Amino acid sequence: MREWHLKYRKIKNLLFHFTLFLAACAVIIPLFMVIQYVMIKGFNSLNWDFFTHTPKPVGEVGGGMKHAIIGTFIIVGIAGSFAIPLGIICGAYLSEYGRGKIAALLRLSTDVLTGIPSIVIGIFAYLLVVVPLKQFSTLAGALALSIIILPVVIRSTEEILKLVPRHIREAGLALGLPRWKMIFFIVIKGSRSGLITGVILAISRAAGETAPLLFTSFGNMYYSTSLTNPIASLPVQIYTYAISPFDDWQRQAWAGALVLIIIVLGLNLISRLIMNRQQLGFGRRK
Amino acid sequence: MTETDNTVLKVNNLNVWYGDFHAVKGISLEYQRNTISAIIGPSGCGKSTYLRCLNRIHEETPGARAEGEILFQGENILSKMVDPVRVRRSIGMVFQKPNPFPGMSIFDNVVVGLKLQGIKKKNVLMEHAEKCLQKAALWDEVKDKLNRPGMSLSGGQQQRLCIARSLAVSPPILLMDEPTSALDPIATAKIEELMSELKKEVTVIIVTHNMQQAARIADNTSFFVLGDLIEHGLSEDIFTNPKNKKTEDYISGKFG
Repeated sequence: MREWHLKYRKIKNLLFHFTLFLAACAVIIPLFMVIQYVMIKGFNSLNWDFFTHTPKPVGEVGGGMKHAIIGTFIIVGIAGSFAIPLGIICGAYLSEYGRGKIAALLRLSTDVLTGIPSIVIGIFAYLLVVVPLKQFSTLAGALALSIIILPVVIRSTEEILKLVPRHIREAGLALGLPRWKMIFFIVIKGSRSGLITGVILAISRAAGETAPLLFTSFGNMYYSTSLTNPIASLPVQIYTYAISPFDDWQRQAWAGALVLIIIVLGLNLISRLIMNRQQLGFGRRK
Repeated sequence: MTETDNTVLKVNNLNVWYGDFHAVKGISLEYQRNTISAIIGPSGCGKSTYLRCLNRIHEETPGARAEGEILFQGENILSKMVDPVRVRRSIGMVFQKPNPFPGMSIFDNVVVGLKLQGIKKKNVLMEHAEKCLQKAALWDEVKDKLNRPGMSLSGGQQQRLCIARSLAVSPPILLMDEPTSALDPIATAKIEELMSELKKEVTVIIVTHNMQQAARIADNTSFFVLGDLIEHGLSEDIFTNPKNKKTEDYISGKFG
């Protein structure tokens, strides 16, 4: 009787374990398939020219996506330099002062903003920047991406700063520090590794967005760094090439996808490394 | 009791509420320069609450409200007119849980208070850090690794680091809220030893759960129950010859 019971228990345990294992596989397998597929398809079309040349005229084989790679960095860079400081400040406000109605409103709008489809954000930037200027531009694209980055940074900052225990804040105040110095130099500075991780995740999400760029930065077959003219970006370039009828372009689209994945994975990896190296956290290590 | 030149802190009829709950009931006490005063009592007797009022850190607890008078250098520091930042520069605090600042080196942990007051010169800071770490009896253990994170130290070392950090801004009064309750007996002994040294420079007010600790280190002891001050006097009197029945029961372990 007792033996049977033990066996039954072990089987239940095994079954549970196996279910969790299956769920994990169901997540990992598609991810690896995507990466593997892009690797195989993209690697063959990847060469030095891809990074150093702009597109050849239609019909000619060769050329590259230098303009799109640089364009992506420019758009994301501008978007980040607006959205990241603002996001961290808003997140700090929510975590340190966020009790009243304004905080509740900020929290609500951040959540709503996270849920808005990115194409809608693109339309918003289109109406706000492209229509009045009568021109697609880098700035319009940057605005759209900054709206995508902003809520992610706000919420991750809030959550990370909330991990700082109350007694750390009190210790700062007990040294006779004014509240703002305590927040800035002890709470925020002490959480920097966590904050950087949140920021990098937000940036890597924005770097892969296509929809909000379609009618803001639009895309460009030529190299441009102008802020008020259309500019190329990797996702849009991939999209344009992928739906084109030319074999060479389609191959390059795969190569572009590979480069984009490498950039995003690289950013994620960097954020992991920072997290691991700087685990001065709050008992997380113990 | 009359106020003499030696009184550094005088508490008059202090009452504290958390919402409707009356946590500290009309307590009056005074503290002499360069003494160690202990506050003992069963859990929930308001001793930590009382201590936290003395540098107005109680304001960080939502719903906490203090009334009465706390006189420091002739000024009621509970008054709304007094900036709590200024109060806390003179009345430092060491907490129950060792809490070095995260992401900061040992050195930075000690001098952060000075740095943020605008002292930038590296050699001045270094000199000060060494002095404070020595006072906190930690210098010999950390002098070769000042750039390591403060969090990398053991619990007892972390607590001494926190003491050094508090001393760095040179407060005349240091509040300690059960500073050894999270530490092992050896670390506790080290901190007790260091406190009798500290007494030469600062006035210490310490809340403790450990009656032997109070008996060992404190010149005076106050006994609180449910927000009331039951008895206050020289430690040797309280622990050998308590006047109140409740005190006697508590220190002999009959309740608490």
